[in-house]
Amino acid sequence: MKTTGKVTGIISNLVTVEVDGPVAQNEICFISLGNSKLMAEVIKVTGKNAFVQVYESTRGLKKGNSVEFEGYMLEATLGPGLLSSNYDGLQNNLATMKGVFLERGEYTNPIDTEKEWEFKPIAKPGDKVEAAHWLGEVEEGWLPHKIMVPFSFKGEYTVKSVAQPGNYKVNDTIAVLTDDKGEDIPVTMIQKWPVKVAIGGYKEKPRPYKIMETGVRCIDTLNPIAEGGTGFIPGPFGCGKTVLQHAIAKQGEADVIIMAACGERANEVVEIFTEFPELIDARTGRKLMERTTIICNTSNMPVAAREASVYTAMTIGEYYRMMGLKVLLLADSTSRWAQALREMSNRMEELPGADAFPVDLPAIISSFYARAGLVTLYNGQTGSVTFIGTVSPAGGNLKEPVTESTKKAARCFYALNQSRADRKRYPAVDPIDSYSKYLEYPEIAEYLNNKVESGWVASVNKAKNIILRGKEAYEQINILGDDGVPLEYHMRYWKSELIDFIILQQDAFDPIDSSTPMERQKFMLNKVLEVCDAKVELENFDQITAHYKNIINIMRQMNYSEFKSEEFNKYLDQLNTIIRHDN
Amino acid sequence: MTTKAFQRIYTQLEAITKATVSLKAQGVSNDELATVAGKLAQVVKIKGDIVTLQVFTGTEGIPTDAEIIFFGEPPALNVSDELAGRFFNAYGEPIDNGPKVEGERRFIGGPSVNPYKRKQPSQLIPTGIAGIDLNNTLVSGQKIPFFANPDQPYNQVMANVALRADVDKIILGGMGLTNDDYLYFKQMFENAGALNKIISFVNTTEQPPVERLLIPDMALTAAEYFAVDKNQKVLVLLTDMTLYADALSIVSNRMDQIPSKDSMPGSLYSDLAKIYEKAVQLPDGGSITIIAVTTLNDGDITHAIPDNTGYITEGQLFLRLDSDTGKVIVDPFRSLSRLKQLVIGKQTREDHGQVMNTGVRLYADASNAKTKLENGFDLSDYDLRCLEYAKEYSSRLLSIDVNITIDQMLDTAWELFGKYFKPEELGIKQALVDKYWKGNK
Repeated sequence: MKTTGKVTGIISNLVTVEVDGPVAQNEICFISLGNSKLMAEVIKVTGKNAFVQVYESTRGLKKGNSVEFEGYMLEATLGPGLLSSNYDGLQNNLATMKGVFLERGEYTNPIDTEKEWEFKPIAKPGDKVEAAHWLGEVEEGWLPHKIMVPFSFKGEYTVKSVAQPGNYKVNDTIAVLTDDKGEDIPVTMIQKWPVKVAIGGYKEKPRPYKIMETGVRCIDTLNPIAEGGTGFIPGPFGCGKTVLQHAIAKQGEADVIIMAACGERANEVVEIFTEFPELIDARTGRKLMERTTIICNTSNMPVAAREASVYTAMTIGEYYRMMGLKVLLLADSTSRWAQALREMSNRMEELPGADAFPVDLPAIISSFYARAGLVTLYNGQTGSVTFIGTVSPAGGNLKEPVTESTKKAARCFYALNQSRADRKRYPAVDPIDSYSKYLEYPEIAEYLNNKVESGWVASVNKAKNIILRGKEAYEQINILGDDGVPLEYHMRYWKSELIDFIILQQDAFDPIDSSTPMERQKFMLNKVLEVCDAKVELENFDQITAHYKNIINIMRQMNYSEFKSEEFNKYLDQLNTIIRHDN
Repeated sequence: MTTKAFQRIYTQLEAITKATVSLKAQGVSNDELATVAGKLAQVVKIKGDIVTLQVFTGTEGIPTDAEIIFFGEPPALNVSDELAGRFFNAYGEPIDNGPKVEGERRFIGGPSVNPYKRKQPSQLIPTGIAGIDLNNTLVSGQKIPFFANPDQPYNQVMANVALRADVDKIILGGMGLTNDDYLYFKQMFENAGALNKIISFVNTTEQPPVERLLIPDMALTAAEYFAVDKNQKVLVLLTDMTLYADALSIVSNRMDQIPSKDSMPGSLYSDLAKIYEKAVQLPDGGSITIIAVTTLNDGDITHAIPDNTGYITEGQLFLRLDSDTGKVIVDPFRSLSRLKQLVIGKQTREDHGQVMNTGVRLYADASNAKTKLENGFDLSDYDLRCLEYAKEYSSRLLSIDVNITIDQMLDTAWELFGKYFKPEELGIKQALVDKYWKGNK
């Protein structure tokens, strides 16, 4: 029998309920209000009183309204049809909602139960299986979507039967498993999983050893993110966080992209809704939307569901990881999620930590980031969730709790710099403050030296050093004046400008420059370093400026031309003439 | 407010603070309205039998035996076409001596539009001001504030923008307007003969600050009526959102909430977003565009109010006094319209994008030249030409008193380019130079 209760207190979306039976932390309940039922989650229990956060507006709620507890935590529904769907933070399908407005208490099915999928069995009768083992697969877009033994199954089962190849709906039984007591359990194509619990059932979680290409040079070349790695992008408003994230979503070398728009502008989500169904994925030739799931809980949607949205997104990512796929999860912005936690902590009158955020904020953030990673499955295949979150620091100041907590949890740091953005040097990722811890991993260095070319990591570090020395030289020039420093300083400065203009800066709206494959990044970095190494005899700083400006202009034209096309080669010849002439 | 049959009346208060009162009451619903000793109040907290009400006018003079009457419903506005041309206070009551508005009663602060049902904003809103149309083009369905110091003429600029914009309705939400500014708006609207498309909700500095909290929701409920029910293009003006946020912090302080940055409530972002995100392009052609004013303390945009606003809105318009020309200009460096690329070169002339970028870049070169001059370095011929160009660019295009069409703005820019520069100094595509160049080649 379900536990029930009555509302005894209301402050905004925090409601206290007096209960008549057992309740669990994070259990879901529904509060009756007229004809609708409002979904809520238990966040604290004291004695007979459960504190619940309501995922909807509590307007009109009264003391004494009845509450029914469901006995489960907030769950995601997992099965074929998740890709190309648009969900709210609670996984309601936004596309099938009726009105223009989001009405309270309107919940829609996340997965189409009428659609038929062409099923192909993988397991055979008699096979011994455990949770997350593959029973069969269906084609979802161009991806093989594995139908797995539900993650909640414990222990070993014997496959009694598997459905014949053919068309089935998600709720049809596609296998029957027998447990150790000899009981038969039917399995369908869908299963549910509590979003706040990480999906386990993989063999091991090794250190990441591969790179995930994004086509963004300042990431791939300078501070690459590992497949299964974590990174974050903090930046003040107007620095291009969203443009950078959209670029990564469009170009990321992943099988599945999950975008969680958490507490951000609705029109930015509309942009994804409008663009993604039209854009083509260069690697597969398929529509981008076919590999994308959007979870959107925009800033005006209920605050409590913001937290749910990032967990729902992570759970869907982990689900696809168990199929041996590469998942890229993007969340914009995790600061809004932290603010939602702050609002609730404040209403519960908890003692606040820094900037009134809850004291356990660092722990919450780090355990969320820890859910990303590369895993080895039972059959030896690998799957991964790579996670990149954005952070919107208050006042653009990186010394604030969300940025600091995230810095401890994420392995890549892509700091967006206001002054770079002001000078229109996009993407405004600061080349000196930013870092990728993965470059220090010996296995990643080995991978890069094999995959890109031998000595690649040394080249990258050399480029970074040129940028750093260029900055130092620039500061000296500013203090002492153009004539007050040795010519060598001007050389150093212009070499770093060359790397800035040719490698770091990238036009996200240019069809060619927006995405640079690794092969091309290698070519350009080597070319830039060759220019830096070339000996030149120049007599004064005017000549130095003119020399490098000329080279920058030629190499920018190369960036805008199709790789190794006639046009590209024309500029390359011009460049080579200059370098060789100097030598 | 009219009295109704089912009202419940109480006469014993348990607690009184500067902004709230608490009492024992039964059957009260969250957000419901009431009067406390004749003053309007709203339920903000229910804890067991104790109900806490926020009294909009403040609690001065309220006795513990005050009469409390519950209305059984949240704040609402009667919506119909009769709203047009009328002036209301924060409670939606007429303040223009006109009759009560008859119409459907709608609760304010209603639900959000399903993001999936939104359309991408795509309709340009011309204002005649080149600092906006040329460099920071506005699009219907956009939300954008003016960031301005209190001494700048932001209300005048906003009134001009509103009257020139091609929209069906203009809704003014005035929060903490001085009486003088209120009369200014009223007179502007009357003189323009546009009164029949204007609806105003006004709280002046003479009225209690907490009342302001109702203004944006009142204005946006009216806006949604015309945009959703009537498929009209609606422009909502909200001034001054800084005073709105100040009222939020007063209430949260009285309710013993822990303040976050700059003594603002921790929910400031969500509170502001709920208002600004009402800006929308609807599938059936209606739209709500929001132009707001956020006053700054000496240009400081890191304060919690402008900072949170910047993360929510689609750009910002900065006003600045240009000392070289003595005119107030729309600052081309710090202003930004995030939606401009949706219309530039699509609904405007093909050269718009390049002319815009080049104009601003040359203005930036002028500002570098100015720094050089101040530091005592010699200026090159190019520097001197930039400085001359900047003066004319500022007074003929950036100044807020400009009122010309976008084609005229582009022609003016080409005229200035031709007067001071050579084509190769512009870096504009050759095809455009061939077509539009106005000087010697």
